[in-house]
Amino acid sequence: MSVATAFEIVLAAVVLGLGIWTTAVRETYSATVGFVAYGLLVALVWVRLDAVDVALTEAAIGGGLGGVLLLGAAARLRNTELVLTEAPGKATQVAAAVLAALTGAALAGAVLLLPDPAPTLAPTVVEHAWATGMTNPVTNVLMAFRAMDTMLEKVVLLLAIVGVWSLATDGAWGGHPGPRHRADPHGVLVFLARLLPPVGIVVGIYILWTGANHPGGAFQGGAILASMWLLTIMAGLTDTPPVSSRRWRLVLVAGPGLFLVVGLAGLWLGAAFLAYPPAQAKPLILGIEVAMILTIAVTLGLLIAGAPERSVK
Amino acid sequence: MSAVTVFGICAATMVGLGLYGLITNPQPLRKIIAFNLMGSGVFLLFGIIGRRGAAAGMGNDPVPQALVITGVVVAFSATALAIALLLRLSQTTGSTTLKTGVQPSAASDPPGG
Repeated sequence: MSVATAFEIVLAAVVLGLGIWTTAVRETYSATVGFVAYGLLVALVWVRLDAVDVALTEAAIGGGLGGVLLLGAAARLRNTELVLTEAPGKATQVAAAVLAALTGAALAGAVLLLPDPAPTLAPTVVEHAWATGMTNPVTNVLMAFRAMDTMLEKVVLLLAIVGVWSLATDGAWGGHPGPRHRADPHGVLVFLARLLPPVGIVVGIYILWTGANHPGGAFQGGAILASMWLLTIMAGLTDTPPVSSRRWRLVLVAGPGLFLVVGLAGLWLGAAFLAYPPAQAKPLILGIEVAMILTIAVTLGLLIAGAPERSVK
Repeated sequence: MSAVTVFGICAATMVGLGLYGLITNPQPLRKIIAFNLMGSGVFLLFGIIGRRGAAAGMGNDPVPQALVITGVVVAFSATALAIALLLRLSQTTGSTTLKTGVQPSAASDPPGG
């Protein structure tokens, strides 16, 4: 057994162990912490699978921002969870275990029995890379070859924000999302919230820029920008914007809006919806990505901040 | 044993674990976490398929990779919506039970809110 294989087996075992712990542990807060650790280790699995773009996304969104979201919810729900004593009966538990085992076994069997040689679209992607002028195949697929998915995903983000905002009480509608955070002005949190954002913003923009030719892109960069913004919010240095603000709403629709405009222009001037003229493909894609990174950063931040809770004074 | 086999079995087990947690855990927040665990297993399975499709100098088929990136972001936004719903439920009724017929505790919220 080579060192690499041994590492993979250990990594898989730790990931599985964390998954079991997350499911079985009694306290919800511990389960949340387990899930965050799980998310970060799964990013390593993605690296081993040679999918660095996914690893970056998983670490930034799955482990990082998802962790903030779940930990925040677990902290706010701590008191309500104590009164719950409605665990399902033994029969349900056994039935669920059997069902889960069967599902897992069927999937494992399917993975082991997959046909050889495996179907792949990688050669097709390489063949058409000239059409965009970018060499990162994943960015090519995201922004050009399957641009429709990415555009619709931006719309899903918008719908999620509309859903979250619509949960506001009548009095708080149009107000600031989430509680107003306060922190010790001489504490570590405030110190880090002043120190890290300049670095984080540069890293986020770099990840967007380098995404054209290397692993990275608007999602990963946007998640980093969002985390920097959230850090300053949680340290009490800034407040979440009121949801009635037109300027912020404009940022929220900028990404999908520009995407749609470019897509429709493709229908009018070019061959099809979302077909970029090859000569202008790279500038067009970069333009969409710049609008998208802003939209993604603000949307992710506001999704974590939650429903409006405080009316504008 | 290759990475595909090791992580493939790991991913399949995660889907099973998530499904079990989703059914048996009574707390909604735990159900959300279990659902995410299940989703992460499905994404990994997709990554395994992509890894098997390594060709043309790439270690992983870029099409499944791009779909997983989209999927991770959508899963995150669905989780955020689910958590917002859950926080609102606990704010309105004072508990997070999913059982029907539980009376909301005395007006913790203005009517129609």
